Amino acid sequence: MHSATVAQLSAGLRERKFSATELARDLLARIARAQPALNAFISIESEAALAAAAEADRRLAAGGAPPLTGVPIAHKDLFCAAGSRTTCGSKMLSNFISPYDATVVARLRAAGVVTLGKTNMDEFAMGSSNENSHFGPVRNPWDPARVPGGSSGGSAAAVAARLVPAATGTDTGGSIRQPAALCGITGIKPTYGRVSRYGMVAFASSLDQAGVLARSAEDAALLLGAMAGFDPRDSTSVDAPVPDYQASLDQPLAGLRVGLLKEFFDKGLDPAVEVCLRTALEVLRAQGAVLREVSLPNLPLSVPTYYVVAPAECSSNLARFDGVRYGHRCEKPRDLRDLYERSRGEGFGAEVKRRIMTGTYVLSAGYYDAYYLKAQRVRALIADDFRRAFSEVDVLISPTTPTPAFAIGAKTDDPVTMYLNDIYTIGANLAGLPALSVPCGFVGGLPVGMQIIGGHFSEARLLSVAHRYQRETDWHQRAPEAYR
Amino acid sequence: MSLTRRDIDAIAHLARLALTEAEIPVYIDSLSRIIELVGELDHAATAGVTPMSHPLPGQTQRQRPDEVTEGDRHELYQRNAPQAQAGLYLVPRVIE
Repeated sequence: MHSATVAQLSAGLRERKFSATELARDLLARIARAQPALNAFISIESEAALAAAAEADRRLAAGGAPPLTGVPIAHKDLFCAAGSRTTCGSKMLSNFISPYDATVVARLRAAGVVTLGKTNMDEFAMGSSNENSHFGPVRNPWDPARVPGGSSGGSAAAVAARLVPAATGTDTGGSIRQPAALCGITGIKPTYGRVSRYGMVAFASSLDQAGVLARSAEDAALLLGAMAGFDPRDSTSVDAPVPDYQASLDQPLAGLRVGLLKEFFDKGLDPAVEVCLRTALEVLRAQGAVLREVSLPNLPLSVPTYYVVAPAECSSNLARFDGVRYGHRCEKPRDLRDLYERSRGEGFGAEVKRRIMTGTYVLSAGYYDAYYLKAQRVRALIADDFRRAFSEVDVLISPTTPTPAFAIGAKTDDPVTMYLNDIYTIGANLAGLPALSVPCGFVGGLPVGMQIIGGHFSEARLLSVAHRYQRETDWHQRAPEAYR
Repeated sequence: MSLTRRDIDAIAHLARLALTEAEIPVYIDSLSRIIELVGELDHAATAGVTPMSHPLPGQTQRQRPDEVTEGDRHELYQRNAPQAQAGLYLVPRVIE
């Protein structure tokens, strides 16, 4: 059962080949076995999962249950789920019990899914390796000495290791696509505003977006369809109808105009990764896609732009953690200032403090124009570059990451080296565009991802390109040896 | 550009973060590198460019009528409070 896709599990549950309870028990046992090696979960919620599975079995027996009824998933531990712990990978929230459901959680629950637990992540979603979690690093199922990517590293490792068929994630600068690429799975970051952020712990509000990590584009389409849509509780949620992503998966590729992002096939790219990409592009060409090179001259400024905007928004969002209303509080505060400073100093990890301080610096008097306003101007230039490109092509393709997964500890000394991991993924966040990553080969036994970026609200197109590619290739079906 | 100890102390104070002595040299070094990275933006020609205010073109933040939509749930929310009493959050004495 553990190697089945969401689509197969949904069919099997309806045909009563197995029950939701059997399925949940099977995967909970796998999760427990894998936990010491991978550390993919922060909370394993066996009791609640089995209760939800029993309820799913009742609904399946009664008939008329929605299609995802009984399908097990996991949530990244920054989605609030009423009554369950939501830590965001931080000591600050290690005892926080969500008082309400995130809209994503509520919608998926209404669609019938069974949540098995909450996955590990970089603290407050700040990181590209999952080494910044208060609960310890996650390991890559393809090689336990390597990182799974981040910040949704627990979700990616859990899906790759066949512990759950799919999991939720969030993507502020690549946090779904980069771990999906490094773990050999499919991950989609939708258009800004497509999925409600209500009940997600905020990091950088002009960039954060929730999405899905799964083993195929078809499964991602099923889950995204259940998650997406207008929510009056999120002021950035867009009131636009959600297309039937599954129904459009088979859309042919004939005549599809594909732009190759010139700036990302550059000297920073591992030549072996480039070979995988070029081979994947031939698969698309063989199906009638028309390839051409496209240049986005301001795109190389994505990383510096992001490392002004994201920390600025983070420093403002994380000001709410004051040791008063919720979260960690220091022992015996001398006065209110001491309470704030020590609670925050003790509750936040090194990288979160680094981002808060960077954000505080770029927003401080005398620097606001030079850094923040300047970055928002460059961001407008980057968005313009994308707009021009999408007047000439339907989708843009690049590698998801410059290299396959790196060793745990390899980049922890220099934050700037770590930040450059997101060089290919950040642009889509700055411009609010949807983008996904699909597995497209292996380098030295480690998976490599292909990124497909589209215009605003083109998720159906992206998923269909990915699906068509996955019909012709089997990279997405490969499983790490220890987890087959 | 290199930041100094005094810069880090000032930033940490503004951010209300207590740093240990061991953390300070680490942040002097890494924040200096980050400021150097974001300094690349200086080279971008942005004269006459309007700063981006929303990731979706033409969109602005939606507003809602100023109406109460949520019920009183402070008891539930205060279960996460480090210290609460009689419906109030407790903090160290502010006024002497």
